[in-house]
Amino acid sequence: MLEVRNITKVYNPGSVTEQRLFENFSLTVDDGQFVAIVGSNGSGKTSLLNIICGSIPVDGGDVLVGGKNITRMKDYKRYATMGRVYQDPGAGTCPNLTMLENLSLADHKGQPFGLGRGVNRKRRDFYRQQLQSLGLGLEDKLDVRMGALSGGQRQAVALLMATMTPLQFLILDEHTAALDPKTAEVIMRLTDQVVREKHLTAMMVTHNLRYAVEYGDRILMMNRGQVVLDRAGAEKAATSTEDILSMFNRISMECGS
Amino acid sequence: MIDLLLSTLTQGLIYALISFGVYITYSILDFPDLGVDGTFPLGAAVTAVLLVRGVDPWMTLVIALAVGALAGLFTGIINVCLKVRNLLAGIITMTALFSVNLQIAGSNLTVERSVDTIFTAPLTMALFGKLGLMERKLIVSLVLVIVVKLLMDGYFRTKSGLLLRAVGDNAGLVTTLGKNRGVVKILGLVISNALVALAGCVVCHEQRSFSATMGTGQLVYGLAAVIIGVSLANFYAGSAPARALRGVRGARFFASPTGTTAVVLGSILYKLCIQVALSVGLPANMMKLVTAILFLLVLVLSGRKGEAIIHA
Repeated sequence: MLEVRNITKVYNPGSVTEQRLFENFSLTVDDGQFVAIVGSNGSGKTSLLNIICGSIPVDGGDVLVGGKNITRMKDYKRYATMGRVYQDPGAGTCPNLTMLENLSLADHKGQPFGLGRGVNRKRRDFYRQQLQSLGLGLEDKLDVRMGALSGGQRQAVALLMATMTPLQFLILDEHTAALDPKTAEVIMRLTDQVVREKHLTAMMVTHNLRYAVEYGDRILMMNRGQVVLDRAGAEKAATSTEDILSMFNRISMECGS
Repeated sequence: MIDLLLSTLTQGLIYALISFGVYITYSILDFPDLGVDGTFPLGAAVTAVLLVRGVDPWMTLVIALAVGALAGLFTGIINVCLKVRNLLAGIITMTALFSVNLQIAGSNLTVERSVDTIFTAPLTMALFGKLGLMERKLIVSLVLVIVVKLLMDGYFRTKSGLLLRAVGDNAGLVTTLGKNRGVVKILGLVISNALVALAGCVVCHEQRSFSATMGTGQLVYGLAAVIIGVSLANFYAGSAPARALRGVRGARFFASPTGTTAVVLGSILYKLCIQVALSVGLPANMMKLVTAILFLLVLVLSGRKGEAIIHA
């Protein structure tokens, strides 16, 4: 279980541009839940993910995983049990390493990076099989430099890499936003597949309301650092994309944007 | 003429050790490490003092490596732990080392002819004693460079080496792999500076002297060698003969040169260019100016103008 308790986050404190984003913000995510988070720009969605991952510090409050307080834990230590896929397809892979080298790196996650062979040839077939399951024809491109692949292909590999080793949480930060609609659909389907297969707890920020409704077990709508809509279970099942859209428009209207 | 060629080749090989170090920081870590200008004479200073005191010449190589590693650790800690920008971190180390070097060896130190260097040590004489001194220097430098090159190539293929290449390519990914990117960066700086100090050590063996100012321009030298080498290697890898060779079994080495091979060739080529400039009558005092102008030419011609370059 992931708990965010009474979080306060202030950007540019003490200056004219001071912005109090979160004030006593709390949220609990149950294990195995696929949470979709929607909201306009500046509503705090990505900040929330960054706080959970430890990418940015908080000014007050706690982050707990399974009851353990990780507020002061360094980001790289938190990633031992977390995977993350970013909006930028280039962010999840190393462009100058081959796909095989990239996959090998991900495969070693959680182990010491010593003087053993970086690429285990025996794993080649396993990687090939994993790539085949993506259905993008990537299995024959193991020795191609990552930077030579398309954004969609890179994002698919990034997703594969983020979920290759056992993990608890998958953090998806608008990971389909930079892709064309067809590729976005493919990546979203793959995401759903891997989350269900590995029983992951996932938090997905998205601007695509349909994805949020279709794939999330729970939908959160955020506005100005607050959760303005939180639906799960039967209540969520009865929610349509149109409901969310009208809600979204109403909030935008109230904010005058 | 032959002698000049031999000595230029030897110089190119010895200075390739600097380029190996710069290859790691600049090409792989994207870290222009000015500390090189301090670490190089540090290696030479330590070596000169040790040789004068009668320490085994081979042992000085090991000690220089260790001392250089410490200097790299220093730059790394300034940059990673104290969060000082990379260029400034290097400048701090360089400046500090200038005084350290003076403390170690004074402003000049000459190693007498009676003292054995790696080029005249018993082991070298037993193996290559029949050759003249010039040839011996060339052979010993060549062996040394090949050994270091193979060790580096091997290291880049290990898990640790893969992580080092990843941190320069996409540091964020290293974090999501659950690894402290700062530690990986420091490791890269340690290896790099160890190699640069080794270069200083071998140069000291070769010219039998240390001078406090010998570090000036060494980073520029290393950068130029790396950029020339890597640009030419990339150009060659895309050419018709290379593509033809790729199909031939056992010819892979010639078809796609590794980064380290490219760097050695770049270093030799750069030394040759400088040597040519000097042979047409430029006074030796102008050497750094020539080095700088050639470097500018290389940057403009390779179209890189200072941005990070791709490592093979």
